[in-house]
Amino acid sequence: MSQSASPAPTPAEPGRLAIEARNVVKAFGQGEGEVRALNDVSVEIRQGEFFTLLGPSGCGKTTLLRLIAGFEMPTDGTILLDGQDITYLPPNKRPVNTVFQSYALFPHLTVAQNVAFGLQMQGKPAAEVKETTARMLALVKLDAMATRKTSQLSGGQQQRVALARALAPKPKVLLLDEPLSALDLKLRKEMQVELKRLQHETGITFIFVTHDQEEALTMSDRIGVMSAGKLQQVGTPREIYTRPVNRFVASFIGDTNFLTGSSAPGGVRLPSGALIEAAVTRPGAVTLAVRPEHVRIEAADSPGAMPATVKGAVYFGTDMNYQLALADGSEIEACVVSGVTGEMALNPGEKVGIRFAPGAVQVLED
Amino acid sequence: MARQSFSAVRLPGFTTTAVLVFLALYVPIFTLVAYSFNASQSVAVWGGFSLDWYAKAWANTQVKEATLRSLLIAVSASAIATAAATMAALGTTRRKAFRGQTFIYVMINQPLMVPEIVTAVALLIFFAAIKVATGYQGLGYLILAHSAFCIPFAYLPIRARLEGMDLSLETAAADLYATPWQTFRRVTLPLLGPGIIAGAMLAFVISLDDVVITEFVKSGGQDTLPTYMLGQMRRQLTPEINAISTMLLMLTVAILTAFFLLTRKND
Repeated sequence: MSQSASPAPTPAEPGRLAIEARNVVKAFGQGEGEVRALNDVSVEIRQGEFFTLLGPSGCGKTTLLRLIAGFEMPTDGTILLDGQDITYLPPNKRPVNTVFQSYALFPHLTVAQNVAFGLQMQGKPAAEVKETTARMLALVKLDAMATRKTSQLSGGQQQRVALARALAPKPKVLLLDEPLSALDLKLRKEMQVELKRLQHETGITFIFVTHDQEEALTMSDRIGVMSAGKLQQVGTPREIYTRPVNRFVASFIGDTNFLTGSSAPGGVRLPSGALIEAAVTRPGAVTLAVRPEHVRIEAADSPGAMPATVKGAVYFGTDMNYQLALADGSEIEACVVSGVTGEMALNPGEKVGIRFAPGAVQVLED
Repeated sequence: MARQSFSAVRLPGFTTTAVLVFLALYVPIFTLVAYSFNASQSVAVWGGFSLDWYAKAWANTQVKEATLRSLLIAVSASAIATAAATMAALGTTRRKAFRGQTFIYVMINQPLMVPEIVTAVALLIFFAAIKVATGYQGLGYLILAHSAFCIPFAYLPIRARLEGMDLSLETAAADLYATPWQTFRRVTLPLLGPGIIAGAMLAFVISLDDVVITEFVKSGGQDTLPTYMLGQMRRQLTPEINAISTMLLMLTVAILTAFFLLTRKND
């Protein structure tokens, strides 16, 4: 099996798979002390897409990235790149490059030498190395810095060098390990736009690891949400946000109200007695998720609305957050767009009626 | 109630003690240097300024031969020791922890702990057996002996440098299609450079002024500069010894200064 280290510059074909992980297990330690960083993870990442692995620290997202890069070998399972088995291929034989969290720029080399490194190791002719390096530096707008040492650059510039260095050898897949976490907010926003631009211009498949849900929602074509070594849900940002499959996904991405009730004809019966319309397929206890912005506040005597009491209100500028209590005491949060004057429309203690936006209630798997 | 945090500088007698310690360390050396310029025959009675002893030492063929021999041994031994120490340092830092790692670590640093005289006697007996078996009498024994006790001095700074290096740099090189050898050649080695140079210099200095092991291992006519000086002092004590010592001191100071500047610059 000879995996070429220099990928042919084939354009990405949407729909074809760039990376396929099948039942991947990664265990650290042995026997009693064994910890499964990845527990039977299968995922398909399409060519040319911006795929984000999202989850809290320790969820296994970086481990999955390191397995794809070849820095570690899985305990079990298979990883395919372009349909070829790369599970046990060393990193230098994989047409996959990484942008490290710490950037890992070579401190003894200049900016241009850093960018040229991968091309030289691939054995590209000097003229091509020079030409590609110049093009890459122009792509990340660092042409003027070519002869500087990397230690003389700012964090944002180092980030760009790391990107150019990883993109220069035209990898089939670019892996990004929380590359923006060391940047301040303003720079981070800039780099988010920059990354999307680079991905669009190069057409390379990006696999991006982050714990920042907002970053994931704004940048990704698709997101894989991970927790405790398992892939919880894969979908577009919209799917993940509006149709979370379980409690973890619903709570990790955005704010969510959780309501527990029991399955009843036509929907779910809450402890307060209210019946919520929802498609329930199984009997027994059911957890519902409703986003605060889908909770509508109406007059107390509005027909069909659930009675609730205002507990508190927080002003957020563009919107207003109300803490409400239902008849049975369970709390619920509502988010309402602030009025022109931004004044508090409701005061604590006031009686209101609440209703959920049609189709906004999500039945969770657990 | 102490309002200020503890500081040794404020203890009574701190300055006096410090001055006394520095005097004890440096007055003998200054005396040695001063008397190397003595016009008289005595190493203890001042008879006016003169550079005669430097001229004498410089013209002394035995001193010249011993110096060249010392440098040859020090250069060869520090080169061998540094190469071995670099490999040992890579082996003890760039792989997964293995059983007996601490044992290996102690073994490498053995010359720092075993009394030098013990090593000297052991080498004398060991080399005597080889000499009888092979008939070889050359400088090889001294070079090997020096290489052995120089290894830990070269090993420690190299290992410290490797441990302080960001491991993700080597991972990044592998990610960018570098083979393990290319990774070592293009990334690890350049970054390790200051550590290797520091280790080599330390080994060089240690080899240059060794007496005990050299005295035991050397064959007839294989005096190094320190053993030649020792031999001279048994016969007659003239300021020529002071002059030689001063030159040796200058060489050592120069090397240690270079060592300091190198390690500091690449901190």
